[in-house]
Amino acid sequence: MYETTYHRASSVDEAAALFSKGSEAKFLAGGHTLIPVMKQRLASPSDVIDIGKIKDLIGVQLSGDTLTIKAATTYYDIMTNADVKKAIPAIAHLTSVLGDPAVRARGTIGGSIANNDPAADFPAALVSLGATVKTNKRSISADDFFKGLFTTALEDGEIITEVSFPVPEKAGYAKMRHPASRFALTGVFVTKTKGGDVRVAATGASQSGVMRVSAIEAALKSNWSASAIDGVSVSSSGLLSDIHGSADYRANLVKVMAQRAVQAAG
Amino acid sequence: MSTVKLTVNGKAVSAEVEDRTLLVHLLRDHLNLTGTHVGCDTSQCGACVVHIDGRAVKSCTVLAGQAAGANVTTIEGIAKGDELHPMQAAFRDNHGLQCGYCTPGMIMSAIDIVHRHGGQLDEATVREELEGNICRCTGYHNIVKAVLDAAGRMKVAQAAE
Repeated sequence: MYETTYHRASSVDEAAALFSKGSEAKFLAGGHTLIPVMKQRLASPSDVIDIGKIKDLIGVQLSGDTLTIKAATTYYDIMTNADVKKAIPAIAHLTSVLGDPAVRARGTIGGSIANNDPAADFPAALVSLGATVKTNKRSISADDFFKGLFTTALEDGEIITEVSFPVPEKAGYAKMRHPASRFALTGVFVTKTKGGDVRVAATGASQSGVMRVSAIEAALKSNWSASAIDGVSVSSSGLLSDIHGSADYRANLVKVMAQRAVQAAG
Repeated sequence: MSTVKLTVNGKAVSAEVEDRTLLVHLLRDHLNLTGTHVGCDTSQCGACVVHIDGRAVKSCTVLAGQAAGANVTTIEGIAKGDELHPMQAAFRDNHGLQCGYCTPGMIMSAIDIVHRHGGQLDEATVREELEGNICRCTGYHNIVKAVLDAAGRMKVAQAAE
């Protein structure tokens, strides 16, 4: 790891001010993406600004049909939160298959989506559920937030403060885990909204990060059941291909994980 | 350089470290608490697990500065004098270690598992919960036995207090 200067911010405003003073600053919450990347010397921020202990950024609220998870809430706190389990149990499940217990004790939802790893779990949940990302400057719909591999709509110095999820009628997540990294070889999140819309998002599959799967959405819209997906064919064009799985294998996984997600959603 | 103040194994400590210092190196190199190991250094193997404010975390993926003001417990801090922690005793009695490299992390994770699950532990849960701790000697069988054994002992110890 290259040298850096560590700061702990006690408010979002202080964090933003510290950021603008650094020549190449980075925000850190749980640190479970940034620190590994710094160790590999793939990132060498001049300043690391710890926003993980800002009280306004931690917690979960359920208000009517909206579940709001603040950005620095850890995976463990999301997984065990009673409101999350009641309103959108698929999010609690997603969090329980993310990383391992010690990673879940530190990693945060804001860190996951800010990094937008193509195999991260939370981007699929946000896109499928039609979530809204709030920052210290504006609100961004999940559809507009994720811009491809490790790229988001966030501007320099912009801080995610919370993510709001409309509570769906049904939702489910299924994931083929990479056994060593525990990232998604492919994961699929399915949602039936209260308005009757169906949204399906896959992670770990596309070369450009989280993607909607329109063919599966159409099939589920006319018949919400795992068997409705039997006849769907998912194109392997543009899908990831590496030593862990070919594009064709991942295309099939999108289908199989979508079926399992529908079964989990009930 | 920064001065990092924290509580380690119940004692207030302070160390002058570079800002890029990881918690595991603060513990090992500055406080000479070498029971916490570095295995993979990529947050996967769990040899470096310690407790921060009661939660098991991978100290190779925490900056020392992030732990400032926190209460850290390492493998050196769990025995009461000469009396082993029930988890340590159960690992010894069940032959839950061979080379011992992963053992400090295993024990710190296992204590956290028992704390979080209380008396609800079964074998499948222990195996699932230990997925962030890798052992290349034992095949895990005796580790799982030790954790289940210790869960019973810790319950008894708690009831006695």
